[in-house]
Amino acid sequence: MQQTTTLPKPVTAAPSAFKGITQGVLRPLGQILIFIVATGLILSAFLLLLAFLLRGTAIDQAAIRNNNVDIVSYTVMNLPQVLVDGIVLGFVYAAIALGYTMVYGVLEFINFAHSEIFAIGAFVGVEVLIALNNGGMLAAAPLLGAYGWLIFAILAGMAASGLMAVTVERIAYRPLRHAPRLVPLISAIGVSFFLQDAIRMVESLTTGQFNRIIPSFGNFDSRIPIFNTHLGITALKLDVEVKSLWVMGAAILMLVGLNYLVNVTKLGKAIRAVAQSQTSASLMGINVNRIISLTFLIGGALGGAAGVLYALKFTRIDPFIGFFPGLKAFTAAVMGGIGNITGALLGGIVLGMLETFAGAYFSIFTMGAAGAEYKDILAFGILILVLIFRPSGLLGEQVGQKA
Amino acid sequence: MQAKTSLPVPGILARITQFISKGSMPYIVSTLYVLLTTLWVYNDPRSLPAFLLFLSSIALVYVLPMDKRIKLVMALIITLIIIPILGIRNISYLEVIFQISLFSALALGLNIVVGFTGMLNLGYVAFYAVGAYLWAIFGSQQLFLLHSIPGTAPPTGVFFLPPDTFYLFIFLGLGVAAGVGILLGLPVLRVRGDYLAIVTLGFGEVIRVMANNLDKPINLTNGPQGITPIQRPTIPAFVLDGWNTIFGPLVGRTISEGEFYNLFFYLLALLIVIIIIYAVIRLDNSKIGRAWVAIREDELAAAAMGISVVRYKLMAFAVGASFAGVMGVLLAASRTFISPESFNFMQSIGVLSMVILGGLGSIPGAIVGAAVVVILNNQVLQGLSLWLSELRQSGMVIPLINFNLSDLSAQLDPAKYQRMLFGLILILMMIYRQEGLIPARRRKRETNNVAPVETPTPPSSITGTEA
Repeated sequence: MQQTTTLPKPVTAAPSAFKGITQGVLRPLGQILIFIVATGLILSAFLLLLAFLLRGTAIDQAAIRNNNVDIVSYTVMNLPQVLVDGIVLGFVYAAIALGYTMVYGVLEFINFAHSEIFAIGAFVGVEVLIALNNGGMLAAAPLLGAYGWLIFAILAGMAASGLMAVTVERIAYRPLRHAPRLVPLISAIGVSFFLQDAIRMVESLTTGQFNRIIPSFGNFDSRIPIFNTHLGITALKLDVEVKSLWVMGAAILMLVGLNYLVNVTKLGKAIRAVAQSQTSASLMGINVNRIISLTFLIGGALGGAAGVLYALKFTRIDPFIGFFPGLKAFTAAVMGGIGNITGALLGGIVLGMLETFAGAYFSIFTMGAAGAEYKDILAFGILILVLIFRPSGLLGEQVGQKA
Repeated sequence: MQAKTSLPVPGILARITQFISKGSMPYIVSTLYVLLTTLWVYNDPRSLPAFLLFLSSIALVYVLPMDKRIKLVMALIITLIIIPILGIRNISYLEVIFQISLFSALALGLNIVVGFTGMLNLGYVAFYAVGAYLWAIFGSQQLFLLHSIPGTAPPTGVFFLPPDTFYLFIFLGLGVAAGVGILLGLPVLRVRGDYLAIVTLGFGEVIRVMANNLDKPINLTNGPQGITPIQRPTIPAFVLDGWNTIFGPLVGRTISEGEFYNLFFYLLALLIVIIIIYAVIRLDNSKIGRAWVAIREDELAAAAMGISVVRYKLMAFAVGASFAGVMGVLLAASRTFISPESFNFMQSIGVLSMVILGGLGSIPGAIVGAAVVVILNNQVLQGLSLWLSELRQSGMVIPLINFNLSDLSAQLDPAKYQRMLFGLILILMMIYRQEGLIPARRRKRETNNVAPVETPTPPSSITGTEA
């Protein structure tokens, strides 16, 4: 990193390292914990309250008729599983949202093609695993070896997505950097559509298939029982898939790593400087183009890793898979305050949980009139509400309107 | 159009344009061109180049410097006599021209929102869906099936409304779509430009998901199966007989009512598009149009000049939406079948790429954009697919790399790569020609006078967090 020679050097090494660890590692970890607990508690409390209020109504009777349990028991019974699923989904969204938020923070522009960068990561990761599986390597691998191969696939997905993001920036965004706002956005939409069909073309020419399914290997599909007790007459049971643990672990690692990178390292300082003012940053000896490329590389790599994790969790992928997760991750980024990394984290977790809650409970609370299929609408509803009432997001600062 | 005496093309082309622009040459050239291409298409109804050349003759008539009255007569002859005859000889041409008219109207509507007012609307197809479902629900048997599970109730054969209420629903579609546009606009118009794009995208998806799922609790849209049959307006017998006696000998055969519907919807779409073009031109040159452009250029300055920004933005939304609503009603009737998949995000992007290709804010641009994209999509890509499959069947071997063409993957079907086409159009136009194929006249005036001063806006969002 040649850029920041003029930035003041820390006085001593030791306090700086200590500060780096608190700022870059402990604080994001604490934030993640607080966000999860707070969101989970608020949503669960709201849901239980609703269930209690609806006791004895037609909705309750419908629940008893269809599921043999009353609405409160139904809610409590499913709650632990829904919470865990929500957290996992939330981490995936958060990891994708980081890509949007980093690019927005630096360039003030919605990288519409990020959803396809995510899809490319998913495809590369899955194809690597399929190739390994065909070579018999996955079946032969011991447990640790299987974990190793998964990490390898994630890294491959990250590399492919990161490089693709940099290429896209170089070709389709950089020539338009000083154009009116809508111009690069339209170009990004074009890139998004182009990449969707490009993935499809490559896939259909090489494999002849539209859907790809991640091979089952290691112990990722087995479930670890966490608890199995009774609360009164309600059976409470929770078990977590190993792959969900992996998704959570990997996502936390990435989130913390990114926080460390942006808040503690010199590169992070340069990124923040470019985000504040490209002109001033370049006067301070920062190579702006290079920092922007690196931003795309980092955001793209995170998106690619999220893609592989998504494929691991949901097993089936197709070339258009990026659209909805991408849109929801964007919603998450806006909800948290776009351009703000902590905000993306919070937005991702809130949105993931909300969506899982909606998917699990919509049907029973509306007597089957509106099922889980409306959870996609929920994200947009939230996005519209956030933009109307708090356009700067939950954690964002008030930003003046720009043309 | 007298101003367009010389086209800006270099060298030999310039001399040709000069030659055909002088004196009575335009009349001779255009008449000959139209006649020759017409004869070619007439004799060879399957030839794609002939058809494309024929379409270009319309553009030629529009571009050449001629007396306006004569232009009008030529246009009337082409649209009312030549196209129907050629179209009946090869129905797919009529379909292409119908689609061009349909998408021209959509592109003109989106052009008002994106091109004039500068609001990127990525969910434009939602308004199209509103119009289509409006007639689909009222013009079919759907209202009798409200309480039955999709696909279970047998069609009763009785329709809710008489078929000729279709004409009423054209106006209703206009009003309802405009109303939906205002309803959507009211909450979201305070949102910043690039956020607006995403919100409208979300709105488009919301409409599609609702169309997909409103088969319960009451079966309003019949879910993913879509609604069919939808009624078409009746055609009086004497019209069909009249056509067959007058044009039958030229076409070479008499046509049935089903074939005549193609002609009917082509003419109806054309009529509506002409009305829309007229409306857009009038709007463009009015106080409203200038207010829209002022908002596009600088919202703050426009507000300072006393323009009610929200009101004019809503107006743009409503006008744009109403065009799509009308065309939706027309689509439902002409297809007799509507399903949610006709209104996905790709359609919105398709219309956007038409507007971008033609030129933001340019009225002829929107039409040319629609024509080019529809032709690329329906004719050129299909033609390429056909050519590739012929190559595959020929089993030829490319000598140097020893590649047998029959090994060419059957998956490589260009007709399926519409997204790539739209994507490429958007990217290339943005990088190389932001003003579009036919730049808006207003924009041309601006760029000819003074080059606008670039003032980069200082970004102020902060990556990372100190909060």
